[in-house]
Amino acid sequence: MSEITREQVEHLAGLARIALTPDEISSLTTELGQIVDSVAKVSEVATADVPATSHPVPLQNVTRPDVPGETLTAEQALSGAPDHDGSRFRVTAILGEEQ
Amino acid sequence: MSDLIRSTADELSRALASGEASSVEVTQAHLDRIDAVDGDVHAFLHVSEKALATAADVDRRRAAGEQLAPLAGVPVAVKDVLCTLDMPSTSGSRILEGWVPPYDATVVQRLRAADMVLLGKTNMDEFAMGSSTEYSAYGPTRNPWDLDRIPGGSGGGSAAAVAAFEAPLALGSDTGGSIRQPGAVTGTVGVKPTYGGVSRYGAIALASSLDQVGPVSRTVLDSALLHDVIGGHDPRDSTSLTDAWPSFTEAARRGLAGGALEGVRVGVVKELAGDGFQAGVRARFAEALELLTRAGAEVVEVSAPSFEYAISAYYLILPAEASSNLAKFDSVRFGLRVVPEGRGTVEDVMAATREAGFGPEVKRRIVLGTYALSAGYYDAYYGSAQKVRTLVQRDFAAAFEKVDVLVSPSAPTTAFPIGEKVDDPLSMYLNDLTTIPANLAGVPGITVPMGLAEEDGLPTGLQFMAPQREDARLYTYGAAVEQLLEQGWGAPLLSRAPDLAATRQSAATEGVI
Repeated sequence: MSEITREQVEHLAGLARIALTPDEISSLTTELGQIVDSVAKVSEVATADVPATSHPVPLQNVTRPDVPGETLTAEQALSGAPDHDGSRFRVTAILGEEQ
Repeated sequence: MSDLIRSTADELSRALASGEASSVEVTQAHLDRIDAVDGDVHAFLHVSEKALATAADVDRRRAAGEQLAPLAGVPVAVKDVLCTLDMPSTSGSRILEGWVPPYDATVVQRLRAADMVLLGKTNMDEFAMGSSTEYSAYGPTRNPWDLDRIPGGSGGGSAAAVAAFEAPLALGSDTGGSIRQPGAVTGTVGVKPTYGGVSRYGAIALASSLDQVGPVSRTVLDSALLHDVIGGHDPRDSTSLTDAWPSFTEAARRGLAGGALEGVRVGVVKELAGDGFQAGVRARFAEALELLTRAGAEVVEVSAPSFEYAISAYYLILPAEASSNLAKFDSVRFGLRVVPEGRGTVEDVMAATREAGFGPEVKRRIVLGTYALSAGYYDAYYGSAQKVRTLVQRDFAAAFEKVDVLVSPSAPTTAFPIGEKVDDPLSMYLNDLTTIPANLAGVPGITVPMGLAEEDGLPTGLQFMAPQREDARLYTYGAAVEQLLEQGWGAPLLSRAPDLAATRQSAATEGVI
């Protein structure tokens, strides 16, 4: 059995910025444990002599000349924003009181 | 033309070119069909208000003598994972509800440049995470063969739309089988091209090293026609291949010309068959192999021992990449914003937004991916999974030294009842057992209808896989086997699907709805 604990799930949810409810944390702790147990078999064949593959087709990095391309206008870029001031995205406070 | 909605895209293309039908007539017929059956099927999340205007414009330009592309005026549905300038693009998620992107995906741009008529956006599992379309935030799509069953996923909407004759063509995306598995369980055709063969620009990313956009249709030739429109290099996608591709339409026509399977070496993947597969799927697959042999193919068994580990590797790589890709849904630039009680900092707003905007499967995979990538576990999980990926590629390479193409059932079972696996993630993940290896290795795959399983009368699919960049083989052999199977059945498989409009009408008469 894997050792996924409730505290671990709480920590992971914090890292992933998802405010899970206590019920969700409970069910995810169980499910994550089962899933991790099941997928852990990859280590059976992943021996030191096997190189890792990150990408299915070998490719070289792609660059282009450093000149302005076709870009979105500010209006287009802001068109789907939950809040903006006409030229910038608007967010709530960046720092909390204790910071 | 007698029955516009049951015509193939190829037939519609010729009828439009000859003036036998107008694009407005064809488009109206499909919009009427959507009106009649989509209340039951729920393949569409959004139906375009501009479809008829586009069609009228195509008709006007054709009448003026303009030379148009082969699929000009032919309707097409678009999976909601693809960005469209004039329609909401939600990827099946609440967090993007109502979001209209400020740009078109490259593949959508190419549909418009070919003067195709965009009918609307199709339903999908949220962010393409799922094999049943039940994880859509907007409710499940239903299988046209049996409305109580799933249409596969994540592209259940696109597959159901073509199976229910609501569209002749659709676009899908395939990260671990999201085009091929829905194709198998709805009796339709779908292709996952070689990784990089079709642009991913404007496709809302799930797992960037696995995602690939591809065609969905009722015939192999129709998928080839659509692939020819959307494929090819795109400078806006850095993983897009610069290859000059052959005409896939020509490849499919070669398959229909007869004799295409003679001398073809076909490998049956030992690890993609057996006990875990439904009896009716196994029976139809055995028959398909006999058919290939009778057509002159040399059918041999090949072993791919690492495929046994493919699904585990996939469920580490995919969540890892997804957890990173989905970080952009942060309540700042697009989509939902939920401000918690007492407001809080921007981080509190992000966490509250993501809690409210993501469904259970998306949360599960983000947390799993975050775990797989975290310090102390990275080597054991993500690192090992990437090594399995190498082993899977080596198995493919060894197999393709012996054979021209690999075959397997496209899915281990037929469509299961809605609700049966929705709370059991591990059993849901097994639906992609046969399709995942191709994504890990970047090779192309196609599903072709293989007949109905005896025990439940539901469709099964035959999968072909070819080496990277050899997508043309899928179209040639796929079209050839489709033709032979249909000769055996006497008609396309979908002619045996229930008449949805009639079902609804009789239900209405009886006062059920």
